Amino acid sequence: MFVPEVLVPVLRQLEEVFEKTQKDPEFQKEYFDLLHTYAGRPTALTLCRNLTKGTPHKIYLKREDLLHGGAHKTNQALGQALLAKHMGKTRIIAETGAGQHGVATAIACALLGLKAEIYMGEKDCKRQEVNVFRMELLGAKVIPVKTGDKTLKAAINEALRDWAASFDTSHYLLGTAAGPHPFPTIVKTFQKMIGEEAKQQILKAEGRLPDALVACVGGGSNAIGLFADFISEKGVRLIGVEAAGKGLEGDQHCASIQRGKRGILHGSKSLILQNPDGQIRESHSISAGLDYPAVGPEHAYLNSIGRAEYVGITDEEALQAFQLLSREEGIIPALESSHALAHALKMTRTSKSPLLLLVNLSGRGDKDLVEVKKHLEGQNV
Amino acid sequence: MSDRYKKLFSRANGKGEGVFIPFTVLGDPDVETSFKYIQEMVSAGADALELGLPFSDPVADGPLIQKAGLRALEAGVKVSDCFEIIARLRQDFPEIPIGLLVYANLIEARGLETFFEDAGKAGVDSALIADVPVHEIYPYQSAAKNHDVEIVLVLPLEADQETTRSVASCSEGYLYLLSRRGVTGVETEAGLPDEAFMENLKALGAAPPVLGFGISKPEQVRAAILAGCSGAISGSAVVKIIEDIGSGKAQVTDLKAFIAAMKAASQKA
Repeated sequence: MFVPEVLVPVLRQLEEVFEKTQKDPEFQKEYFDLLHTYAGRPTALTLCRNLTKGTPHKIYLKREDLLHGGAHKTNQALGQALLAKHMGKTRIIAETGAGQHGVATAIACALLGLKAEIYMGEKDCKRQEVNVFRMELLGAKVIPVKTGDKTLKAAINEALRDWAASFDTSHYLLGTAAGPHPFPTIVKTFQKMIGEEAKQQILKAEGRLPDALVACVGGGSNAIGLFADFISEKGVRLIGVEAAGKGLEGDQHCASIQRGKRGILHGSKSLILQNPDGQIRESHSISAGLDYPAVGPEHAYLNSIGRAEYVGITDEEALQAFQLLSREEGIIPALESSHALAHALKMTRTSKSPLLLLVNLSGRGDKDLVEVKKHLEGQNV
Repeated sequence: MSDRYKKLFSRANGKGEGVFIPFTVLGDPDVETSFKYIQEMVSAGADALELGLPFSDPVADGPLIQKAGLRALEAGVKVSDCFEIIARLRQDFPEIPIGLLVYANLIEARGLETFFEDAGKAGVDSALIADVPVHEIYPYQSAAKNHDVEIVLVLPLEADQETTRSVASCSEGYLYLLSRRGVTGVETEAGLPDEAFMENLKALGAAPPVLGFGISKPEQVRAAILAGCSGAISGSAVVKIIEDIGSGKAQVTDLKAFIAAMKAASQKA
């Protein structure tokens, strides 16, 4: 863990309590009860009826968009909020990019009687104003972050600064599979039911495992949640889709794995977009949830050993997939998830053999309507 | 190893006084001005220097030092410019101990060996890596050792005995006592170590403890020395004066007066 010394004890405490609760049947029962009776698990696995019509390919969608809160984030917000209660903490701090993790945190805190304060970059507050309002309705306080790049990275900086002073009473409910140990492990553990369910569901529907899993990667929580139970299934390709923004050639993207360099940010060693001096670069994506210049360390590892592949999808391609899924299947996906879908569609267009693909539809697109409308109107001018 | 810290502390000890170490961000607001301010700080009485390399994401720092780093980065200041400032200071002041305050990614980006080689050549005596705790320090400390750079570690006042023992045995040059939780800044005042804490450090054979975080007034420096610290560091307060000079709200004479007052407070009555 690469954090100031002052944060080491609270991270050790978190690790200890997390490991204990993993073996505690009461904790597990409470957590899974909440997932089933409150959050709406298991989520459906949906075969696209129209998108691949006339082709030999099949695309299944793991419907995390149907989860309470509108994205996979609720899975782990509930888990960490329970952990916080277990540690006797009364206040939760969190960062949010698109606002989905903030909303999930606000939901978990409302339910479990915790005080929630959410750091959100000022730029993200503007492009996701509906989610700001949702968080406030749920009783959370949203703190706009005006420092640095005013997006997710700056929000994490502020949350860490808050935590360095407040850790006696506060838990930092980090929202992605990045950050200092033990966060990447905790987040993966509280998201891995996505893949476990999907495996059973696809086996039931198709009698075999898919050829590939496709998931979008910002920090990487939904992707690692889908991948985890398939890592040992060597016949299944694991494909992470990074936001290529305005193209991988320039600087306007978030492709930390494809274009980043080894380094240390927010407590872990991973791949990071940075300049030659080591200053962290500002990333760009149309989707606030992918707008992060680093990636969870396990993705960097899976990439380094060649177990997972990482590709890029541009803003433009994601916008097209967003509209296509809405029109063809009646599902409005989050802009983040649209990246994964866009890549799956690309694969079906170029593959000669029939493909069975499983895409993580990590969230729904309601939060993106204003932003997408603006883009589409901009195109028509 | 350079023995500048050792000489400084034994000299101060002999006179029965503490040391005062100002912190500032290298290249704030630009290379030349920054160099000039640091020169002034030394001539005003700074016993040693703690100099921060500007970083895009300084998670251990509060708003004042964050802004200082951004000013330097916006002026286009590179790590190599910072080493050049240090090399020039080293020429002017051959005896003053110079410490770096750096975030790990700047070291990783240059490569551990190259970073400490460049630092050592510039005349750096020590480096404190803000986001590397003692249990991760080994690779950095070995690389630093190859180039005669000492590693200063941070010890929170509430640290358990295991951490205290590790930090006491690893911290070289001096030991940075963290006066309180949180990030750098003048908003929350420093706490003080108690007698038992200082006795424990002494028994463990720790390097001279210097108190930092939240120190902005001469009486706090005095209190730190009276509590048994070998010195005190003030950062955000210095950086604030530099910010105020930039916006016309203060003069260079205010910076010199501040350093002189803080230094005077470190000299026991």
